[in-house]
Amino acid sequence: MKLLALDTATEACSVALYVDGEISQRYRLAPREHSHLILQMLDDCLAEAELKLSQLDALAFGRGPGSFMGLRIAAGVVQGISLAQDLPIVPVSTLASIAHIQMQQRGAMRVLAAIDARMAEVYWGAFINNNGLPVLQGQEMVLPPEQVPIPDTEGWSGAGTGWGSYADLLVRRLGDHVSTSQAEVFPSAASIAELAVVGLASGEQGVAAAQAIPVYLRDQVAKKAASR
Amino acid sequence: MIVLGIETSCDETGIALYDSARGLIGHVLHSQVELHAEYGGVVPELASRDHIRYLSPLIQQLLAETGLRLQQLDGIAYTAGPGLIGALMSGAALGRALAWSLGIPALEVHHMEGHLLAPMLEHRPPAFPFIALLVSGGHTLLAEVTGVGEYRLMGQSLDDAAGEAFDKTAKIMGLGYPGGPALAKLAEQGRREVWRFPRPMTDRPGLDFSFSGLKTFALTTLQNLDTSASDYQQQLADVARAFEDAVVDTLVIKSERALREAEAQRLVIAGGVGANLHLREQLAVMVQRHDAELFYPRIEFCTDNGAMIAHVGCLRLLAGETQPLQIAARARWSMEDLRAPEQVEK
Repeated sequence: MKLLALDTATEACSVALYVDGEISQRYRLAPREHSHLILQMLDDCLAEAELKLSQLDALAFGRGPGSFMGLRIAAGVVQGISLAQDLPIVPVSTLASIAHIQMQQRGAMRVLAAIDARMAEVYWGAFINNNGLPVLQGQEMVLPPEQVPIPDTEGWSGAGTGWGSYADLLVRRLGDHVSTSQAEVFPSAASIAELAVVGLASGEQGVAAAQAIPVYLRDQVAKKAASR
Repeated sequence: MIVLGIETSCDETGIALYDSARGLIGHVLHSQVELHAEYGGVVPELASRDHIRYLSPLIQQLLAETGLRLQQLDGIAYTAGPGLIGALMSGAALGRALAWSLGIPALEVHHMEGHLLAPMLEHRPPAFPFIALLVSGGHTLLAEVTGVGEYRLMGQSLDDAAGEAFDKTAKIMGLGYPGGPALAKLAEQGRREVWRFPRPMTDRPGLDFSFSGLKTFALTTLQNLDTSASDYQQQLADVARAFEDAVVDTLVIKSERALREAEAQRLVIAGGVGANLHLREQLAVMVQRHDAELFYPRIEFCTDNGAMIAHVGCLRLLAGETQPLQIAARARWSMEDLRAPEQVEK
């Protein structure tokens, strides 16, 4: 299995290549430079592995939530590659990627992933560690930090930029349910590649180019003339 | 050389295939007008979301309709600006990645250059040099065009674009959004010279435009109408007529000045307002006085479309222009930064 993954949903811009169990990644924290960097990073990643696009089996991308612009850069790029090479695309949650990284790096068993969604809100998802893989509890959502659902159990680990921007509010809301939190955790293409490969192995099919569209979570972006 | 063109600078997703040998092979368009109508104007975020949904299906539809495969393409051209940055980015990301994946060159195209050269897509294309009057919802300008990439900006709107003035005035008149075409239709029933609106900036030298005052004038005029009058609809039509006459006259006066100043023999109209029949008629009368010729693209290529982007992209790619491995998108991009393509040794 050979899979190429990319993510431009947050401040991080990353690409990764999964080749029969081995993952190589290029990763940069470069806000607002994703459009300049992403294709060259993909090109470098393939060149280093001496692989051509035609040798790939699938693509994966961080489908959101995250920066609207970033999500569309990633979606546009995977759609373009998929159209040219007729490759299936696996959309992967950026919140799941954050939770996955927190599980891998810190051995967290329960993760509350939060991305700063601006406008005093967070993108939010609760994940439980199942053999190293994040399993979503309930639904992903966008809401004010003061309203995030309080888990039934304790020992949760917070991860993602939401835990930096709204640390006080989240701690006040969740109290003893959270034992630790790290704000500097971003989704990564390596994690997205790994989650996509697991998905494919468990029977997921991937989607065609036209279906590789972002999951924004925030869908109320304008007021209709009548409701003003 | 076969080039795929992608246009996503505002609220139309346009895809086209242009062949340097055969001309336009085909084009498809998805308009978002209905989507934005509910909001009374283009919502940039919704426009961007729509582009990323429709780009791939439209490309596949066009390939199916023309019987071509992506592997037969020689290049990809996409609108890189000016326009709504999120909208531009959707088409740019997909187009640039598609070119990279196919191992063919990509080119960033200036949206207005697409419009300026759109009349060249027709059977009777204008020869260089010509004066171009570009009038749309986003732009109003006069330029002297001496060749591909050789544009001298002669004048432009200092505030609202002509199409914007149409739409805003239509909104004031309760004609919905985008109401420009509805206003023009209503004006057909209006009587001449019932009201006389100013012809902004025609009483002084220069080729710049200013249309924002006209909507205020329209508003003031409307406030003086008796809404309970039995002929209120006629009165509304008269105001619409007065407004349209003012815009058309102003555009004609300035175009005539531009023709004289550049001693040009050809006038080209492009952009959405170029579809206005009254404007076309008046310009035709004017150019006849000067023994000049008038050119315009078919109506569907007046508004935003992929064909004009594929066309310009093909001209420049043929000349050997290329683009680095980056997704290019910029909200602002002056037309005067454009250069003629230099022949590159192959």
